[in-house]
Amino acid sequence: MNLSIRAAGSFAWEAELMDTALTVCNLRAYYLTRYFGIEREVRAVDDISLAVKKKEIYGIAGESSCGKSTFIRTIAAAVRPPLRVLGGSIKYSFLDRDLYHLDDRALADIRWKRLSCILQGSMNVLNPVRRVRESFKDFAFPHMGLARPAFLDVVKQHLERLHLSPSVLSAFPHELSGGMRQRVAIALATVCRPEFIIADEPTTALDVVVQKDVLALIRETQREIGSSMIFVTHDLAVHANISNRLGIMYAGRLVEEAPTGVVLHNPMHPYTRHLVASLPQIGDLTPKKPLPGAPPNLADPPSGCRFHPRCPLAMEICRRAHPALTPLDSGRRVACYAVSPLVKPAVDSAAAPNRTQADKYAVFPR
Amino acid sequence: MGGLFGRAQFAAVDDVSFSLESAHAEIFAIIGESGSGKTTLARLILNTLAPSKGLIRFLGEDVSRFRGRRDRLQFMQKVQPIFQNPYEAFNPLKRVDRYLFASAYYFMGRPSRNAQEAAADEALKKVGLSLAELKGRFPHELSGGQLQRAAIARALISSPALIVADEPVSMIDASLRMSIVNVFKSLCDELKVSIIYITHDLATAYYISDRVLIMQKGKVVETGPAKQVLSNPRHPYSVLLRESVLSPDDVDKAPPGA
Repeated sequence: MNLSIRAAGSFAWEAELMDTALTVCNLRAYYLTRYFGIEREVRAVDDISLAVKKKEIYGIAGESSCGKSTFIRTIAAAVRPPLRVLGGSIKYSFLDRDLYHLDDRALADIRWKRLSCILQGSMNVLNPVRRVRESFKDFAFPHMGLARPAFLDVVKQHLERLHLSPSVLSAFPHELSGGMRQRVAIALATVCRPEFIIADEPTTALDVVVQKDVLALIRETQREIGSSMIFVTHDLAVHANISNRLGIMYAGRLVEEAPTGVVLHNPMHPYTRHLVASLPQIGDLTPKKPLPGAPPNLADPPSGCRFHPRCPLAMEICRRAHPALTPLDSGRRVACYAVSPLVKPAVDSAAAPNRTQADKYAVFPR
Repeated sequence: MGGLFGRAQFAAVDDVSFSLESAHAEIFAIIGESGSGKTTLARLILNTLAPSKGLIRFLGEDVSRFRGRRDRLQFMQKVQPIFQNPYEAFNPLKRVDRYLFASAYYFMGRPSRNAQEAAADEALKKVGLSLAELKGRFPHELSGGQLQRAAIARALISSPALIVADEPVSMIDASLRMSIVNVFKSLCDELKVSIIYITHDLATAYYISDRVLIMQKGKVVETGPAKQVLSNPRHPYSVLLRESVLSPDDVDKAPPGA
């Protein structure tokens, strides 16, 4: 049960604390299963370090099964077996300690009030057999500390701000259109004016026309309540419209991070370059080449740089040691030997032992 | 044409006419937001719904006359569907290759097992896969892109003249999307299969299609050559759609956030 959480990392977090909303250091979260004597370890989040500034929208992009959703679950403190957090630290500016040093009650206190989520399928967020009003009561009422009539007034005002009529409160989820449901989900996530919002593909299920409105609404609300946000989607065109900074994930690791404009105009990592080059655009008829090979199996990831089997620039060293995410100019961090001589092999924190079998399968202590 | 839902009549597809020539293959895109009747139109073309009014002719014959088993099989051999979500299209408890063998069995005159495997392998090669990769695999063992390519290969086994693809890439990641779209393009160019590509993604429609038809609430609002319509839309609804397309270049226009 004794699991050491090391605050060692490429950047010291005390110095960053001033204008940082979230600091994640060397986070590792694996799915560990042991059924019928067969052990499996799926390395969904491996050694991720990042910092989200206050009032910033930090975008995360990557293909499916690259660990985006696992990362979100980990920072939202929604870790359930077989997912285990095996190391690293998650520090929010509104908490005095690491997220995983809180007990259940402290977690329940910050959830929704200070840390909230907008999820992908809004139909799954809202209870299908209860009216929208009841969902608001379930989620937000305990946190607001208001009498019932005052609470409903606040909710109505908030809905109007999101261009929804207060009559949606009496509706059942199936009576609303997809765009309205998603706006209700946004209203739910922002009604307590949280300091940090986690958005997991909130517009993927929506139509192009509705998508643009919902994105504008998310941006507007975020600016108005002054919260920070992590915004996850695989669509780079969406990121261009919402994110300030963009991190690209591949196979459980962050491979490149920079301001969104820098990533889109001047990508450096070969994977990012491929992603940007394969974006279809109206007016552009150049043939788009697919990437050879398939995404790696995270239960048995390739040695060294996880992208090397599919990489056009792969070198000898890529097979042996995985590159550290190295800071370069213009706020960029990149993990690829081919783009800069500054990139050196990472100190492998996963190799640090003192992890016994008992530790490995113990439920992570909160 | 129209749909009949309960007692209320609602025209899901209203007065839509278009034709594809059998002589030369093309990719015909049908664009519209959800609720515009795209999927109903696909079902009508696939002859799983009968039109309330109007006619759908395939190679000169009214498709609603194909009712018996033999007629249906013959029609299905020529017109094949591809669906939106490959994870829902395949039964999770069945091996993927069984779908390929079953298609080969029904559409190629009940050949032997070896011939079925050869046909499946040949179809898979056309989409950049091989039977060796797929044999004995269940849907969850394949990525979304591989599975959707397997679905396309299954549709190709009967060597159809027309493929109706209903939002084939909307459930697939941006990075894999182009590999699927490229498969459609090569099918049309090399195998001369006509494709009806139903989508709400204007960017991929621009990239692959020859002609487009834009639908709003069951009605056709604009149709014409893809490059012309999408770069210079005329109807207000097409203009709205065109303006809603997010582009990576937007990053320069409005600096988002604070």
